[in-house]
Amino acid sequence: MTKESLSELRDTLPYDPPFLFVDEILKIDDDYVKGKYRYREDEYFYQGHFRGRPVTPGVILTETMAQIGLVALGIYLSNESGSPSPPPFAFTSADVSFRKMVLPGEEVTVEGEKVYFRMGKIKVQTTMYNSAGDKVCSGTLSGMILKKN
Amino acid sequence: MQEQEIIEKLTEVIKTYVEDKSVLEGITPETHLVNDLNINSAHLVDIILDTEEAFDIEIDDESAEQMLTVKAAVDIVSSKLSS
Repeated sequence: MTKESLSELRDTLPYDPPFLFVDEILKIDDDYVKGKYRYREDEYFYQGHFRGRPVTPGVILTETMAQIGLVALGIYLSNESGSPSPPPFAFTSADVSFRKMVLPGEEVTVEGEKVYFRMGKIKVQTTMYNSAGDKVCSGTLSGMILKKN
Repeated sequence: MQEQEIIEKLTEVIKTYVEDKSVLEGITPETHLVNDLNINSAHLVDIILDTEEAFDIEIDDESAEQMLTVKAAVDIVSSKLSS
């Protein structure tokens, strides 16, 4: 995919700050997606997680893997990239293990490998790496692409 | 394969995706996967994939969409097994 179409796909994602966790989609094909995000020092959740000791919450890491691994890949596979109104998604399950902390300002890379995409359901094996190349977390995520109203 | 054998094998497949296992005790051909067993649409797709694997058959999407009751599932599996 060209750089323009990768950036168009990123812009099709149905999120906005403070809940957009994708800076760039780096690579995508029918079976694989790779993207990155840098957690800004002033993200809202650092105010309370944890008191006096900001650490990126596991749910946010999971959400980041879902936005890249599930939603970006799902939009690509359903040929909806560039659509002004991509179909709504439902996050249906997650089984994730965490290995390392991610601190404010860190950049992470997410890779997703398609397990299957059938009848609107997408299941992906995802892994997140930090900038040192260490595995931060990994797991299997599933979602349903809902029919447009 | 006998119908009873198909039902037993299907029940095994479905079981994985049922949270409250007690509802499986009263399973009949009329049992509805969504209304009676509370299976969500994402898991319906898993059941179809697992059924294909368990019986070594392929279920087209159109048939798959009909697989909402135990009876419908048994009928679809039987017809694929005999085709």
